[in-house]
Amino acid sequence: MVSRRAKNILIGKPGTSLANKTGGWRVFFPVVDKMKCVACGMCVMSCPEGCMQTTKETKTLVDLDYCKGCGICAKVCPKTAISMLKEEK
Amino acid sequence: MSTVKLFNAGHTACSGCGESLAARLVMEAAGPNVIVTNSTGCLEVFTTRSPQTAWGVPWVHSLFENSGALATGIVAALKAQGKENEARVMAFGGDGSTADIGFGIISGMWERGDDVLYVCFDNEAYMNTGIQRSGLTPFMGATSTSPAGSVTGGNQKQKKNLPMIAVAHGVKYVATASVGYQKDLQNKIKKALEIRGPKYIQILVTCPLGWGSDSSLTIQLGRLAVETGLYPLFEVEEGKITNTMNVAKPKPVEEYLKLQTRFRHISKKPEEIAKIQAIADANFKKYKKDSVLF
Amino acid sequence: MKKVTEGLKAIAETVALCRPEVVSAYPITPQTHIVEELSVIVANGRLKCEFINVESEFAAASVVLGASVAGVRAYSTTSSQGLLLMAEVLFNMAGMRLPVVITDANRAVSAPINIWNDWQDTLTIRDAGMIHLFAEDNQEACDMHLQAFKIAEDHEVMLPVMVNLDGFILTHAFDPIEFPSQEEVDKYLPKYVPLEKLDVKNPLSFGLMGGPDRYLETRYAMAETMKTCPAVIRKAARDFNQMFGRNYGELIEEYKMNDAEIVLVSMGSIISSMKDVADELRAAGKKVGVLKIRCYRPFPVEDIIKALCGKKKAIILEKALSIGGVGILTADIKASLYGQKNVPEISDFILGLGGRDIRISDIKAIVARAEKENVKGEFYGLDPKLVEEMDK
Repeated sequence: MVSRRAKNILIGKPGTSLANKTGGWRVFFPVVDKMKCVACGMCVMSCPEGCMQTTKETKTLVDLDYCKGCGICAKVCPKTAISMLKEEK
Repeated sequence: MSTVKLFNAGHTACSGCGESLAARLVMEAAGPNVIVTNSTGCLEVFTTRSPQTAWGVPWVHSLFENSGALATGIVAALKAQGKENEARVMAFGGDGSTADIGFGIISGMWERGDDVLYVCFDNEAYMNTGIQRSGLTPFMGATSTSPAGSVTGGNQKQKKNLPMIAVAHGVKYVATASVGYQKDLQNKIKKALEIRGPKYIQILVTCPLGWGSDSSLTIQLGRLAVETGLYPLFEVEEGKITNTMNVAKPKPVEEYLKLQTRFRHISKKPEEIAKIQAIADANFKKYKKDSVLF
Repeated sequence: MKKVTEGLKAIAETVALCRPEVVSAYPITPQTHIVEELSVIVANGRLKCEFINVESEFAAASVVLGASVAGVRAYSTTSSQGLLLMAEVLFNMAGMRLPVVITDANRAVSAPINIWNDWQDTLTIRDAGMIHLFAEDNQEACDMHLQAFKIAEDHEVMLPVMVNLDGFILTHAFDPIEFPSQEEVDKYLPKYVPLEKLDVKNPLSFGLMGGPDRYLETRYAMAETMKTCPAVIRKAARDFNQMFGRNYGELIEEYKMNDAEIVLVSMGSIISSMKDVADELRAAGKKVGVLKIRCYRPFPVEDIIKALCGKKKAIILEKALSIGGVGILTADIKASLYGQKNVPEISDFILGLGGRDIRISDIKAIVARAEKENVKGEFYGLDPKLVEEMDK
């Protein structure tokens, strides 16, 4: 008997969306001025993709694989340490 | 950097989507020991295009209008298995699912007192189907079914007051939050999950596409809605307002409205703006700490 | 030991023996006594189960759907309008491959509002992807519930099952019912083991969106399961017979079919009357047999072909129709026989809608009528006065 049951092809394994690199959508990309960045975490808290992280040592890092370039981080940065530059393709 | 989290990147929300941000913040606050039911809508569609899922917690979607009843069934199943302390159950819905098509289900869930935290991601219209008016669309907001026409301009009805409807059901913890205030939002989620019984949190989530705002302004708009008084943030516990977000110097509503094309049709109509200002002013008077609502 | 019990209460007792862990249902005539009785059984502690009161059938179906994804045995029951209100959830439940069992006390669909029996409710949602079983009498209806859970929860199946019994005719009839013991039921129907479930230790996502690239395959999988699940349904019936000594056939039941020339075909409670008619007509020298369709979905195409080809005449008695089309059962049977050799002549009658009585004499009159000519989708038993009034 061929089993076409329920090994349901519509069940998803955790975090499989990570295979979808949304960075390709970007028109602008964020550039962090590490001299200005104080690693306050405002941008990390505000990023819809959750693709920013920060420590006192590294300052803010952006995972450009997923960053869609919305520009929220640049707007919320209290030190204006992030600027949005146009992607060159 | 790409380790699996509770809410993962790679989802297909629009750039600058407030709902995806709020969902991430909710999940980070909730932690891993939760089960989520999710109504049909943007959040469901942009997180779970088969075979991929952005979720790192057990998550289920069934229909547009039944995430509340699903949550009830899951709570019952956990109880039947003696696992009610293993996971807390959260039900997610957009404003259309929550205020309109799924409302009967939610009312039933509240009336039964089911141990579910219901989170409404309120972007104030049916965004998934292309920005149609919902019961939570604000007064005057233009949508594709409440358009800015030459005779009537935008949504002519008041936003349905769901938090107060929840309070009237005896929901133990009712709170509003905004994507503009992330810490406050997360604190409310944590607090709600400590409480057994029905909880309701309604989060204002900016929708750049639906509101006609710049994708970079998601946080600012989430704050301006609160600072103008249009989206008051408060907590109601056992029928009493126990906390409101203090706005020392309210901003004129115009500052909020002018950043969104959904209000463009009234930008040069001070008499219409005055009507919206009146709503904001009334909100400041209405939602005062220690008021007993029920 | 047999106990005289009302149909619905007997079903509630049987469902309780099946140990569902979550039950949610909404009252509707003629199903109400099931939900009442189950709530009493739970309230008295005879069944350890979460019984959830809800505000609609839509909610009831959604609650049991949620419970089923969370990995427990779940049950609901309804009728008529309630079933239609559940419809959206039932399609979803089947697509999500959740083995919920639902009892439908078959009732007509409004308008005009009518609480009495026909099959319009269940046949209207025949395309949901559920397995549909039809019971001839209350003992079979009870026994069918044990089989229904067993079939639904089989890992080769994983589809919801609907057990159908005719409203009032069976639901409210008092019959001597043989109840199995809890030990026997537990042996026949072990605890449900889900394939996957909502679990914080294995955080899977369920109910994902299937785009044009995947949707077709999910429906194909369901259709394929419907092709293979008859083996499971047959086995459930055989195992049941072996253990409890009661046999109702498998997908179909054949009554005096060996030498039959005329075959009466139908489902549900009318079968009992048809068997009586067959006996009477046989006494008068007519070779009449009865074909009972016990499993409507998956439709037992092979069994139907085997049973009907070579017979002279098949007469289908139909308690529902696709208005603007033909009788629903008739369409299925004719489609099954297309292209086969020695296909019988087929007459089909629409009758009994909205609880219109069907007497033995009516079935005999139908046979006499069909013997004279082939009849297609004729309404039997219309009140000529009312028909005339409508024409005025």
